[in-house]
Amino acid sequence: MAGLIVPADDGIGQAGAHVELKDVSRSYGGVRALAAVSLRIRRGSIHALVGENGAGKSTLGKIISGVIAPDAGQLLLDGRVVHFHSPRAAIASGIAAMAQELSVVPALSVAENVFLGAEPRQAGFLRRRELRGRYAELATRAGFDLDGMVIAGSLRTADQQKVEILRALARNARLIVMDEPTAALSRPDVTILHEIIRRLAGAGTTIVLVSHFLGEVLELADDITVLRDGQVVATTAAAGQSEDSLLTAMLGRSAGATFPARHGPARDAAVVLAVTGLSAPGVTDVSLTVRSGEIVGLAGLVGAGRTELARAVLGASRTTAGTVAVAGAMLGAGRPLRASRSRDALRAGLAMIPESRKEQGLMLGRPVAENVSLASLGRLSRGGLVSRPAERSVVSQILRRLDVRPAGLTAPAGTLSGGNQQKLLFARVMLAAPRVLIADEPTRGVDVGARRAIYELIAALAGRGLGVLLISSDVEEILGLAHRVLVMRAGRIAAELNGDDITEAAVLGAAFGSTERGRS
Amino acid sequence: MSQPDVREAAAAPDRGIGWATRAGLPARMRRGGIIFPFVALFVVLSVASGSFFSKVNLLDILDQQASTLVIAAAGTLVLVAGGIDLSVGATYALAGVVSAHLALSVSPAVAIGAGIAVGLAVGLVNGVIATYLRINSLIATLAMSFVVSGLASLATGGNLIIDYTRPGFGDLARSVFLTVNTSTWTMTAVVLALAVVLSRTTAGRYLYAAGSNAEAARLSGVRVQEIRLLTFVLSGGAAALSGVIDASRVLSAQASNGQTALTFTVLAGIVVGGTSILGGEGAIWRTVVGVLFIALIGNGSDLLGLNPLYDQIALGVILLLAVGSDAWSRLRGAAAG
Repeated sequence: MAGLIVPADDGIGQAGAHVELKDVSRSYGGVRALAAVSLRIRRGSIHALVGENGAGKSTLGKIISGVIAPDAGQLLLDGRVVHFHSPRAAIASGIAAMAQELSVVPALSVAENVFLGAEPRQAGFLRRRELRGRYAELATRAGFDLDGMVIAGSLRTADQQKVEILRALARNARLIVMDEPTAALSRPDVTILHEIIRRLAGAGTTIVLVSHFLGEVLELADDITVLRDGQVVATTAAAGQSEDSLLTAMLGRSAGATFPARHGPARDAAVVLAVTGLSAPGVTDVSLTVRSGEIVGLAGLVGAGRTELARAVLGASRTTAGTVAVAGAMLGAGRPLRASRSRDALRAGLAMIPESRKEQGLMLGRPVAENVSLASLGRLSRGGLVSRPAERSVVSQILRRLDVRPAGLTAPAGTLSGGNQQKLLFARVMLAAPRVLIADEPTRGVDVGARRAIYELIAALAGRGLGVLLISSDVEEILGLAHRVLVMRAGRIAAELNGDDITEAAVLGAAFGSTERGRS
Repeated sequence: MSQPDVREAAAAPDRGIGWATRAGLPARMRRGGIIFPFVALFVVLSVASGSFFSKVNLLDILDQQASTLVIAAAGTLVLVAGGIDLSVGATYALAGVVSAHLALSVSPAVAIGAGIAVGLAVGLVNGVIATYLRINSLIATLAMSFVVSGLASLATGGNLIIDYTRPGFGDLARSVFLTVNTSTWTMTAVVLALAVVLSRTTAGRYLYAAGSNAEAARLSGVRVQEIRLLTFVLSGGAAALSGVIDASRVLSAQASNGQTALTFTVLAGIVVGGTSILGGEGAIWRTVVGVLFIALIGNGSDLLGLNPLYDQIALGVILLLAVGSDAWSRLRGAAAG
């Protein structure tokens, strides 16, 4: 593998900065994303960039990989000043990027994807055999067990990432920028990717790792650069750092307790959501209850059926058996629920924060106010006419409560940061005054500060008597917030954990199925 | 290596909890869009041609554009909700011949009502196919346009229907109220009503929601299918109303009226106005300005005695500029936050 990645070591060792940035600045339409950032990335190191959303870490990654050009400052590669006008120019210099949004061509095979644009060919015809041979060689050297003839679109996200890594290696990349590579992965895949990253670095490839997950950063990185408000707070060796010290540096204040105090539901709290024997695509015979004021964590691996369950409960997908009762009212008179009956569920008092705010939650091009009021327009209108003053006052009031500054209600929702976008969804749900809230991955893609605000929000909602079903892949989040935990595996509830039984080991054990089956 | 995620880029510079800066001048220009070229052209024509800025000429333009404006206003709702209706030209023709034919034997009111009912029915079929049967509305309405124009030809046997013996039928379009033709009044009423629906009502909000993010709308309790169906029914009804008005205006109708030429003129007007063909964005006032802008080009070249062939070329170029500037400013807007 070593031969593939680097030509013989230049022998500079520690002193040899692979990439160096000097006073790099970059603005987006008047908003400064990076201000005079200087930093050195050692050859063969894993260099992590951390910071809140908007701190500038992704921008920095994009500048290194030539996706965007800096407004000012210099980028030095092996001590020489370079100007990348495009990702293509960066690739030619041995720098490749693995973006958050994968860029495999779904209709092509793995091998074709890996060699896309650099296929072995003769007179315009593809030399299939040579392509296969070169792919096999590359995959073996990288240590990947991935069939080159499989159509890339059929692969899981984790395997598509391998395709991207192979593509970078096929172009002799000596530095790979990875932006949140594990954000969309389930646990076992994360472990595999970490292993790959370590192996690449061990063989001399420099890795720039942009990540939200501080645990991951501490586990992998050699060096860590902390960014805040577009400026470098510090670049240090990872050794000796802790999540707390990084958080403090990122936030400019002490992290403190991440999770709000937990108050369980009242002893006699009414059941507000009762699901009995529910079956739907991806969900088999699930029964569960949520009481008023209770936060029930729904844990499980990606693909265990949690989102499918949420959608079935909400009536967004068809159910084949079972019943759903909200605040004592049976939905669909107990008959299997047809798809797109979510309206009835909403009216009964069920609300959902969907998994993907971009695809299922927000109207990114529409004004903030419209996004927030969408589910409560009935209340804000008279004779079908929307009362704009009423809408404005209600929306700005709720946004103030959520600490989203109520300026510019007409700004498109897409211009807000990830954390604020998520808060818009909470605002929408809160205006609709539901009895039960299903929150599916409510902190995905949200920075640390806003994440804590969202935890507090969920706890406060439960405190006011809402029943919350919290779906999360982040075990800590489940442990920190939930009063009771249900673990799903293969479409069923694999375990129910109460009180002191709620531990990371118990949740993961049930999710992976390594322990005995729990009660269902 | 891959496309930067434009939304991510848009959100990136907005730090922590905070708002993006106010839209800059380019964004505001874009929002104003077609209004600047429209005013410029209006002023130029007023100066260049003595007869342009006169009540007679301006009312004439409005009257000529009445049917296009009615159809385009309803079509704006279809586009905003995320659909498209290519059958309006055919529906216009069918409704025209049905009402003109019936006007020969029954009372004008019944003939007019029947014509409009035909359009609503076509719209309903369009809507059902495009929503409940989940067939792409572009294809659904294209197919329907063939069916509908076939029906129109069948109904007339290819002949011109003449209502000169039934002047009562002409009252719909030819009466004059406060010195303005009733066709213009009808158009004004329909356009204003649809503008209120889109910009002020809950239904209007749901239209934007359906076109902007159908899944988000659904999860918020919006009846996306029903709301889209409604837009097709309105579009069919508007096309029929226009067909009937024009039949009434000239006291005759034939199956070849309207058709694809009208469909595309309508679509061009909507798009030049700045309503997005991708759904979730747009406004009736934009459509009105867009349609009238195209009309001004034709009227201006008539008055100035230019070769009418240039109109077509100019229209094509303007259409490209309108769509291009929209796409371009989207890209820039994304990059600039």
